[in-house]
Amino acid sequence: MAKRNVSGLRRSPLAAKIVIVAALLTVGGTYSAVTSALATQSPTGGYTQDQKDLGHKLFLANCASCHGKNAEGTKNAPSLIGVGAASVDFQVSTGRMPGAASGPQLQVKPVQFTQSQIDALSAYVSSLAPGPAVPDASMTAANGDVNKGGQLFRINCAMCHNAAGAGGALTEGKYAPNLMHSSGKTIYEAMVVGPQNMPVFNDANITPAEKKDIITYLTYLQDHQSAGGNDLGNLGPVVEGLLIWLGALGLIIAITVWLAAKSN
Amino acid sequence: MTTTAPSRQKNGFLAGTANYVDERVGVAGILKEFGRKIFPDHWSFMLGEVALYSFLVLLLSGTFLTFFFQPAMTVVHYDGVYAPLKGAQMSVAYASSLDITFQVRGGLLMRQVHHWSALLFVAAAGLHMLRVFFTGAFRKPRELNWVVGFVLFVLGMAAGFTGYSLPDDLLSGNGLRIIDGMIKGVPFIGPWISSLLFGGEFPGENIVARLYSLHIMLIPALILVFLALHLFMLVIHKHTHYSGAGRKDTNVVGYPLMPVYVAKAGGFFFIVFGVIMLLATFFTINPIWNYGGYDPSPVSAGTQPDWYIGFLDGLLRLAPTGLEVMVGDNTLSMNILWPMIIGVGFLVVVAIYPFIENWVTGDKREHHVLDRPRNAPTRTAIGAAGVTMYAVMWAAASTDLIATNFRMSLNQVLQTMQISLIVLPIAAFVITKRVALSLQRKDREIVLHGRESGRIVRLPHGEYIEVHEQLDEFDRYKLVDFKDYKPTLARPNAAGKITVGARIRSGLSKFYFEDRIAPVTQTELNEAIHHAHELQTEVQKAIEN
Amino acid sequence: MSETSKDLATVTSPYSDHEYPAGLATVSDDKVADPGIEPHRVRMTDKSKKHEKAAVRQVAALFFLSMFGSAFALYAYFAFPIDANLDTVRNNTLFLGAGITLGLFGIGIGAVHWAKTLMPDSEVSEERHLTRGSEAKRAAAVEILALANKESGFTRRKLIRRSLYGALALFPLPGIIIFGDLGPNPANSLRHTFWANGTKNKPLRLTKDPDGAPIKASDVTSGSVYHVIPEGLTEDNPRYLEEKSKAAVLLVRVDPKDLNEAADRKGWSYDGIVAYSKICTHVGCPVALYEQETHHLLCPCHQSTFDLNNGCKVIFGPATRPLPQLPITVDKGGYLIAQSDFHEPVGPSFWDRSAKTNSNGIEG
Repeated sequence: MAKRNVSGLRRSPLAAKIVIVAALLTVGGTYSAVTSALATQSPTGGYTQDQKDLGHKLFLANCASCHGKNAEGTKNAPSLIGVGAASVDFQVSTGRMPGAASGPQLQVKPVQFTQSQIDALSAYVSSLAPGPAVPDASMTAANGDVNKGGQLFRINCAMCHNAAGAGGALTEGKYAPNLMHSSGKTIYEAMVVGPQNMPVFNDANITPAEKKDIITYLTYLQDHQSAGGNDLGNLGPVVEGLLIWLGALGLIIAITVWLAAKSN
Repeated sequence: MTTTAPSRQKNGFLAGTANYVDERVGVAGILKEFGRKIFPDHWSFMLGEVALYSFLVLLLSGTFLTFFFQPAMTVVHYDGVYAPLKGAQMSVAYASSLDITFQVRGGLLMRQVHHWSALLFVAAAGLHMLRVFFTGAFRKPRELNWVVGFVLFVLGMAAGFTGYSLPDDLLSGNGLRIIDGMIKGVPFIGPWISSLLFGGEFPGENIVARLYSLHIMLIPALILVFLALHLFMLVIHKHTHYSGAGRKDTNVVGYPLMPVYVAKAGGFFFIVFGVIMLLATFFTINPIWNYGGYDPSPVSAGTQPDWYIGFLDGLLRLAPTGLEVMVGDNTLSMNILWPMIIGVGFLVVVAIYPFIENWVTGDKREHHVLDRPRNAPTRTAIGAAGVTMYAVMWAAASTDLIATNFRMSLNQVLQTMQISLIVLPIAAFVITKRVALSLQRKDREIVLHGRESGRIVRLPHGEYIEVHEQLDEFDRYKLVDFKDYKPTLARPNAAGKITVGARIRSGLSKFYFEDRIAPVTQTELNEAIHHAHELQTEVQKAIEN
Repeated sequence: MSETSKDLATVTSPYSDHEYPAGLATVSDDKVADPGIEPHRVRMTDKSKKHEKAAVRQVAALFFLSMFGSAFALYAYFAFPIDANLDTVRNNTLFLGAGITLGLFGIGIGAVHWAKTLMPDSEVSEERHLTRGSEAKRAAAVEILALANKESGFTRRKLIRRSLYGALALFPLPGIIIFGDLGPNPANSLRHTFWANGTKNKPLRLTKDPDGAPIKASDVTSGSVYHVIPEGLTEDNPRYLEEKSKAAVLLVRVDPKDLNEAADRKGWSYDGIVAYSKICTHVGCPVALYEQETHHLLCPCHQSTFDLNNGCKVIFGPATRPLPQLPITVDKGGYLIAQSDFHEPVGPSFWDRSAKTNSNGIEG
């Protein structure tokens, strides 16, 4: 039995709990300090000269071969003058850029740059001419009006992206992607930028508050499992029909074969 | 003459009840007649039961839903628990469907049971029809029962369509919009019929209530009537059975109704119900909360009807551009009418097929022994072509989903399907017929020479042979007992003229029966067994040495 | 090989007193002999008391499992109440459903197992009878019908018979005609939309769907698409959906150089901003997909594709007619307004669509 001295305190059962709590507080506190620092470093404007310089270097190394040395565009890729930080952030942080030259539409690929590198690229391109800025966290948080968001989503977005955001077809091999893993920032940027064949939804058409409502609605869909069970990808009656034929009838036929077979 | 009053029986409650009912309804006679009726046992005979039991589940779950659903299109603002729709404007029908889903215990479960069961009903009925087709069970005396079954299939489609349109959500509402557009395109009377159906301009305020009365009253009543006819004929005709030892057109071989079938078929009801309940517990179907109430302006990517309406939607998509023509000042919407004609035409061919085949074969005998599909190669090939065509029409309804999920061009997918609609059924016919004939030849081989056993023996004179196992007489009989037909020439009638009808019949008989494999005769079999015995004695000698 | 249907008639049973022709069937004298029903194969549960007892226990166990499932379902109904949290709905559905599933499967599999293992499985043969009645029965039936005919005089009395046919043919017709009030005469309802309510002095602005905010031309930037309803068509309008299903419009701005406008439509756009009916000319779905780079409009229902640069003519899919164009301009405030209603019926075609009607331009 240990005596209640300093070493005894270390070995007391309470010590373990104290250490755990302290560790959690330290880690949690450090994390939130760092991320909030990062947050303030993903600016909606106000890039530093260092960022612009880094961005220029990165641009020349990774983008200029298609977009031109001064982002003026070539026959392979359009001009980036005036596309704004939002456009750069959208394309690069979803991995669409650097783009592969094949296919009717840019594909989402593994992201090739860190967020600070992406910020640098944004800083450089937005310095060439004014354009849509990266939205800040308050504009993309999911605390808008989920009802209004749903209504706007169905009128403006569901025809391409499907009422539950499962994605949909456009012509000639193009498509509107599934939105169930997209962040609020990405969604906002896409609306503002109108990447490739997606139309532009400027702030007069869908106001910033309305954009937030749409993000709120999509976040609601992302966060809530279907009350009915597995949602089969939300692809509708086609998949339901397939499940009946292949799953249910398959199971039932297996049972009927057992049922009608002679017992051994 | 005195009559004594019956003394109190001491035989127990069951006996007393049976006596009571028999004295009023005559159940003893019914029990005697039907209690030991023989039913053949094969898993493929249970598909019709799956449809029947799904229908029972539909009645049960549907009744539950009718206690909560309100088929009105009055506009309300949603005040329920589903947050994304709170305050939204919608019809009472949609709002009550949301309430069933989110505010009634077991409501979502019953909605899902009902909808999964509807999909299963039509699927099982379709599969059952395919079984009946490929085994020739539609032949005399069952041609009328085939037609009754066909009507049931179409009624099932109607029940499903009217049912899924009831919640008045965006997806089914667009389906109604499409139906309205098609109706408007009917020459002369289109807009009139549209106005009669919807009570005025689309969407109007009546359609949900009208579909409701069709869905819970008229169509189920018709289904019950035709179901009764269907089962009544089944009892009169007795069930068919596959060929095999002891099975003839003049008997039926199987097990008695009581107790075996009561247990198996009764148990099967619970199993089918259990499968439906399993689906309803774990898989979402028709998540109406995602669609919102119907509004003519929004639309969801991936707008398809339930699977059994798919082939009609597919036909609409397959129509090439520019089919609509002007007839003077009037518009003839052939881009809508051609899909309707082809779709209905396909169904009509399915409905009248038994009469076509009967006319070609001229076989007026009753048939109670089923064909194995391979033994009717042309019929089986026609069926395969029909299934393929149906599959292409159905797949054409999901061109956009195929394009999105398999990263293809929507336009190329559609054009491929347009070509497939013509090419694939023909290919399916040719391939299936050849496969069936080959399988028949293989059966012949097995009957005459037995199965390869894998044992190799060297005979004294140096020859290596593989020992074949002869089939036992019971297995063998299955392979030799089938109907065989020959084509006919076009013969002049009594007036000495060869009619067009006779020519067509002769041509069709050639199409059907020109390529045929005749069943093994007893003479051939005797010879083959004789040779096999000789070979066996040689093999025995070789082994002993 | 003789071509008769002997194999039916040779059966020594009261099968039939009638022979049917066999048509094109070949009927052989040389058929392989029928060995008769295969002898019964004994099951383990028939031979061995141990297996029989095991089967009995298995069946009973399945029935007990069913009881447990049903009881659990009853419990779950109360143990998982539902409230505004959707997860409670999921849990209630899940556990109630799982319990009922078990309750059902237990009975079903138990009953089938009972039949397969414990009930006799010897196959039995039952004789069939020809479906048609025997000759005696048929004769009797014919006699009855003939008697009924004689006594009623149905065949003999032509006047009665024919007038009866007439009466029976006519009597259902009122039953059909009373459905006439199911819906009104469609009249010109398909030829006008809400946009016709605009006048020269008070034209209708193009407003956003659904909130009704008017749209300035300067708000419609290149690459934008607006979903439009007419000014004044608000949610509280009792004919909101009916009007919207004809008046919905898509508003897009493209580079004016890209627009190939027909000569008689040059004044219908404004600085590259064009407005087209959103209702597909195939069967009426909303043509809502706009591809910003190709300037194509795609209808999601049957994939009709319309080329905005060329008057929305059809370039793919089953539609035939181009989308009707709404003539627009701007008012003094810079807001987009409709000059008139569409110059043709919107939506799916119908038979007399092209019939000459009264002008549906702006009334002064």
